[in-house]
Amino acid sequence: MAEITTREAINQALHEELERDEKIILLGEDVGLYEGSFKVSKGLYAAFGEQRVIDTPIAEAGIIGMACGAAMGGLRPIAEIMTVNFAIVAMDQIVNHVAKIHYMFGGQLQVPLVIRAPGGGGNQLGAQHSHSLEGLFMHFPGIRVVCPSFPADAKGLLKTAIRSADPVLFLEHEELYGVKGDVPDGELLIPLGVADIKRAGRDVTLIALSKMVYTCLEAAEQLAAEGIDAEVLDLRGLNPLDMAAVIESVGRTRRAITVEESWLTGGWGGEIAARIMETCFDVLDAPVLRVAAADVSAPYNKQLEQLAIPHAEDVVTRVKELF
Amino acid sequence: MPKQPIADFTIERLSILAPSGQADESLMPDLSDSQLLQLYELLSYTRMADQRALDLQREGRLGTYPASLGQEAAQVGSGFALRSQDWIFPAFRELGVFLCHNYPLELIYRYWSGDERGQQSPEGCNIFPMSIAVGTHILHAAGAALAAKYRGDDLVAAAFLGDGGTSKGDFHEALNMAGVYKLPLVVICQNNQWAISVSRQAQTAAQTLAQKALSYGIHGLQVDGNDVLAVYQATHEAIERARAGEGASFIECETYRMADHTTADDAQRYRDPQEVEKWRQRDPLLRMRRFLDQQRLWSPGDQEQLELTLKERLNRAVRAAESAAPPGAEEMFRYTCHQLSSRQQEQLKECLDGST
Repeated sequence: MAEITTREAINQALHEELERDEKIILLGEDVGLYEGSFKVSKGLYAAFGEQRVIDTPIAEAGIIGMACGAAMGGLRPIAEIMTVNFAIVAMDQIVNHVAKIHYMFGGQLQVPLVIRAPGGGGNQLGAQHSHSLEGLFMHFPGIRVVCPSFPADAKGLLKTAIRSADPVLFLEHEELYGVKGDVPDGELLIPLGVADIKRAGRDVTLIALSKMVYTCLEAAEQLAAEGIDAEVLDLRGLNPLDMAAVIESVGRTRRAITVEESWLTGGWGGEIAARIMETCFDVLDAPVLRVAAADVSAPYNKQLEQLAIPHAEDVVTRVKELF
Repeated sequence: MPKQPIADFTIERLSILAPSGQADESLMPDLSDSQLLQLYELLSYTRMADQRALDLQREGRLGTYPASLGQEAAQVGSGFALRSQDWIFPAFRELGVFLCHNYPLELIYRYWSGDERGQQSPEGCNIFPMSIAVGTHILHAAGAALAAKYRGDDLVAAAFLGDGGTSKGDFHEALNMAGVYKLPLVVICQNNQWAISVSRQAQTAAQTLAQKALSYGIHGLQVDGNDVLAVYQATHEAIERARAGEGASFIECETYRMADHTTADDAQRYRDPQEVEKWRQRDPLLRMRRFLDQQRLWSPGDQEQLELTLKERLNRAVRAAESAAPPGAEEMFRYTCHQLSSRQQEQLKECLDGST
């Protein structure tokens, strides 16, 4: 066990997997010589060479489309999109091709492709570089959506994603790259679609993923001081979605709040809330509430950006409405 | 400081077989008499299978269908040059390519009748499923070429598209990638002059489509797309260049869509009948027939026999396609992901309960 950053954990996963299987290649803008815009691919170009760690032209649809073809052709590509906001440029390739080819061709072709993309706000990167789009991708059947929070999750989930027969969108958070945590040495595989209780509690379930898990943990500490014992459930991804874990937790706490960094309207919180009410309305002591970003484009201004995205205080306020 | 030219480009056009059937001996591809006959048989097979599809569509036995009439040489010439180990990424108007590679006609009919299982290539047939989406699959072919190059496999990836497809960003990104990585890729454009109702002139201001290759540092050539020998030779040379590590090629086959875009279209609304008539004079099939006649390789008796054989083959394909059991509800769930979610399992159960 070692305490390392999320960046190092992801780098370890990539290094170990590239070493394990020659079919794995990494491609994207500045992933090679420059070692990635966020230095996630540090040392990989030097270790594995330009045949396996491939710098690409600036062409997101091209990167995803070519990676899709390489996956159809028997490789296991990992494509990095510099930020998830640019994944929208490649949306047709992701949604109409990567996510559908296995179905359209009757299972004859597989697309074992991992698309890694950082995202999230808080760094004053402006409206076109700061969003979290996991809720959008959850809408499409045919592609897995994984969003790690702790460094160990990042490593274990990425290694599983790379070995998955399905295409996986692996959405990292830019603010978490420098966050440290304990990561077991060597092989670490965490199954996709298994939520994790990051803090056990009796009074309310805070359902979150990625950076919002930390926000919820912070809120839970504040709530504890006021006598409310919050459970923090880390979904770790949205497809597969571990609804069983949500239902189990809410069955114990009888209250639930979803906490997401992206927009409230059309967000994944609405889907979870609806499913809780469809499945276990009778156990609820209060309506399911949601915490999410304001429905605005991410402001460039520091104060405004912080106002737009959720913080622990917002979660605390919302939780108190349930009691 | 003088202003002077720093680069100079030319675009060549290859033509071997004149509409009269006269071939340029100096450019003749290295093909045996039996291969020449095979080419003609494949052209005929394509035309007859295509016509049968139109007939079936009119009878309500197939869905919307994109006819290949007039484009048989572009399809058969390229398809015949591609080897069995090569990977083919078709658009949706490449019937002749499929038939060159022994893709069962029965499956093609099944696909166009709305059975996606018709897209499943039989073992040993390296044709990837059709791309109805325009131009997006050129990138997939580039990726497959990247995989082949990485593994050192002796194969090229070949992608087909139409003139309209050359306006798509994915096409340009794919050609750029192919140039940067020197990929063993052959992109074959059936420039049939019309993208539904948009003419070739309205599609791009470029003088030729072939010249688009030059922007990406790959080989570009225009071919008389109604000349099966020229298309064959151009494709063959592109494959050899790719195998020699010289990278990708883009071949513009200049042809004409004699039919409507699909059975859901009426080209008379936007095309000049004189233009259609002009292209009728350049028919790719008659041209090859005249050539074989002149070479004394073909007789009216041979023609009669061929038509009988092909008719029987078409009948068998139609019978087989129509006797296939329809797909069940589980088909649409089974391949969404490798494991169904609990919700999908519930949805499948509802579909199955509802259908009983």
